[in-house]
Amino acid sequence: MKDLSTAIQLIPLEHYIILCIALFSIGLMGVLFRRNTIAILMCIELMFNSVNLLVAAFSAYHSDPSGQVFVFFVMIVAAAEVAVGLSILVMMKRNVNSVDINLLNRLKW
Amino acid sequence: MVGTIPYINLALLVPALPLLGFLVTGLGYKRFRHNQAGIIASTAVGLSFLISVLLFFVLRNSNQDAATITLFNWISVGKMNIPFAFLIDHLSLTMTLIITGVGTLIHIYSIGYMHGDDRVNSFFAQMNLFTFSMLLLVMGANYLILFIGWEGVGLCSYLLIGFWFKNPAYNYAARKAFVMNRIGDLGFILGIILLFFTFHSVSFSEIFTQASVLQVGTPVITAIALLLLIGAVGKSAQIPLFTWLPDAMAGPTPVSALIHAATMVTAGIYVIARSSILYNLSPFTLNVIIVLGLGTAIFAAIIGLKQNDIKKVLAYSTVSQLGYMFLALGLGAYSTAVFHVTTHAFFKALLFLGAGSIIHALGGEQDIRKMGGLRKKMPVTYWTFLAATLAISGIPPFSGFFSKDMILVKAFEQNILIYVLALFGALLTCFYMFRLFYLVFYGEQRLANVNAHESPRVMTIPLIILGFLSVFGGFLNLPSLFGGNLSFNQFMQSAVSSKISDEISHGTEIVLILLSISVLGLVIWYAYRIFIRKAIIPPGDSEPMSAIARLVTNKFYIDEIYAFVFEKPFGSLSNFLFKTVETNILNPIVDSIGELTDIMGTLTRRLQRGNMSFYFFAMVAGILLFIIFTLTI
Repeated sequence: MKDLSTAIQLIPLEHYIILCIALFSIGLMGVLFRRNTIAILMCIELMFNSVNLLVAAFSAYHSDPSGQVFVFFVMIVAAAEVAVGLSILVMMKRNVNSVDINLLNRLKW
Repeated sequence: MVGTIPYINLALLVPALPLLGFLVTGLGYKRFRHNQAGIIASTAVGLSFLISVLLFFVLRNSNQDAATITLFNWISVGKMNIPFAFLIDHLSLTMTLIITGVGTLIHIYSIGYMHGDDRVNSFFAQMNLFTFSMLLLVMGANYLILFIGWEGVGLCSYLLIGFWFKNPAYNYAARKAFVMNRIGDLGFILGIILLFFTFHSVSFSEIFTQASVLQVGTPVITAIALLLLIGAVGKSAQIPLFTWLPDAMAGPTPVSALIHAATMVTAGIYVIARSSILYNLSPFTLNVIIVLGLGTAIFAAIIGLKQNDIKKVLAYSTVSQLGYMFLALGLGAYSTAVFHVTTHAFFKALLFLGAGSIIHALGGEQDIRKMGGLRKKMPVTYWTFLAATLAISGIPPFSGFFSKDMILVKAFEQNILIYVLALFGALLTCFYMFRLFYLVFYGEQRLANVNAHESPRVMTIPLIILGFLSVFGGFLNLPSLFGGNLSFNQFMQSAVSSKISDEISHGTEIVLILLSISVLGLVIWYAYRIFIRKAIIPPGDSEPMSAIARLVTNKFYIDEIYAFVFEKPFGSLSNFLFKTVETNILNPIVDSIGELTDIMGTLTRRLQRGNMSFYFFAMVAGILLFIIFTLTI
């Protein structure tokens, strides 16, 4: 554990931050501009994981394991979220025979 | 503090049993057939009575005068601490015995009287609820619990007056009783608030301990006493709030007997007797009570002279007798007032139940001009009614003689004018009671095609028991002149602090008693001459009569005056508020709020188009804006 921590600290913290911002932005852009619902779900996962990575990195730099515990929580919540999201997706495919997000426009007045 | 007297905690069962009876008969009212509800209700009250009797002996054999039983801490905020507690002392126990004892008899009687009514189960539920509230009223250890019972009996009175609610006139009578009582309640609750501000407590024991060191005539005590008096005047139907009681006769007759004669209307007397220490500090209020009581006693008796409805006569006589109780309170003879409450409960309950028996026999007829000749046909009712009539008229040795005569003697000690007026009222009482008695039981039966018959035994047995009590009830408090020792007054001594001594010289007493007996005898003879020898039947309402007679027949137009002075202006004010203020001011305001919401909704619903991408975009934009906003601050 001690070795892993020092290994992580070999790379400067700024690099992690830049990487995470890049991943997060890619995910965000994907969510905003893709029309395929599967792709949108994947982009959401990407955003989750970029945040996880950042939390893990900070945790290692601060020598505080609670950050890594948080990562596990986020992963579990993300898994639950994907289960719900995919089942909605399956229903959508069955009902409108498509996964285009713009077809999901019935949630209105 | 739990009382150290053995078995004293049984007192909790006394109000609990009628409550249980109410819950059982009230919740299961659809399931009971025939007389089941009545039997359950009567058993509940009867058991309460037996426990009260047990408590009476327990308390008498113990060396303590009072016990407080705290059930739980009810309100505890800041310095205010109000426990839900019962006070068992000689006063509350006496009232409890009256309520449960007379109540049991009336419940049993009602089984016969209400037989065959569709809503007999609700009737018994409401009667039990009334008994519970009344017990709460007399057993509460502070003014707040007293007030719960006070409101509870008001509610039950309303429900039971309007029991036959299909008749609009009965509903009107119920509403009138409720509103009149509310006027009194307002004064009462203001009195409690003022008590709390003055003594920082509502508990009897604490207030009376603090008050006992105050000076006579302290203004705040006078204010409290007057405010509590307003409540008592409303509940006990004194001038000017007495008009509801005669109208309350719309309810079934057992209700009139229990609520509007024996128990609820004496709540006002109970409150003043309970607060005797406060009233002793305020001679002004006591004088007000004397004036009110004496005025009511005579005024109601005068109206009673010309009433032709059997229950109305009894109602006005109740008002008049309550006036006597107030007079006794005003004279500072609190225990004598409670004694009159006791004897009055016996004979007035008996009079009402007897009247109910007559009404029952005549198929609902209440007009005494149409009765007559019932002596042979209803022997039990006749003899018990005679006992009650003699008792209320104050003929020795019947119970009413001892209590009423004691009030007269007290009045004589204080002021000869009060005595003369009170004696005059007693003569009027005697006259209208014998007028009623002769018209109902003697002469020819004037109501054709009705087969009058004696009531069933379930109704006559309560009559007989109450008859015994009416005859012998006075011996509870035998004055020393007759070899007694005023045991009732002495029993009361620990609970109420009477202002004047109970004993007077025997010579004066003998003269006063002989005087009142001889004039009462004259009055009875006079009534006999008019209604039996000459067999005069009072004229119908439409026949011509002298101006004074018309004035009295129409109850001095008090109802009409109230209608003109209070109801009319209040009605037009309400009409103005409805037609002008509500339609032109309030309605547009409320409507415009609704319209504004509608417009806002129309505008904002355009945002919600169902386009997911737009939602995502809006969410991200919102978060970004939020971040920028927080960073720039």
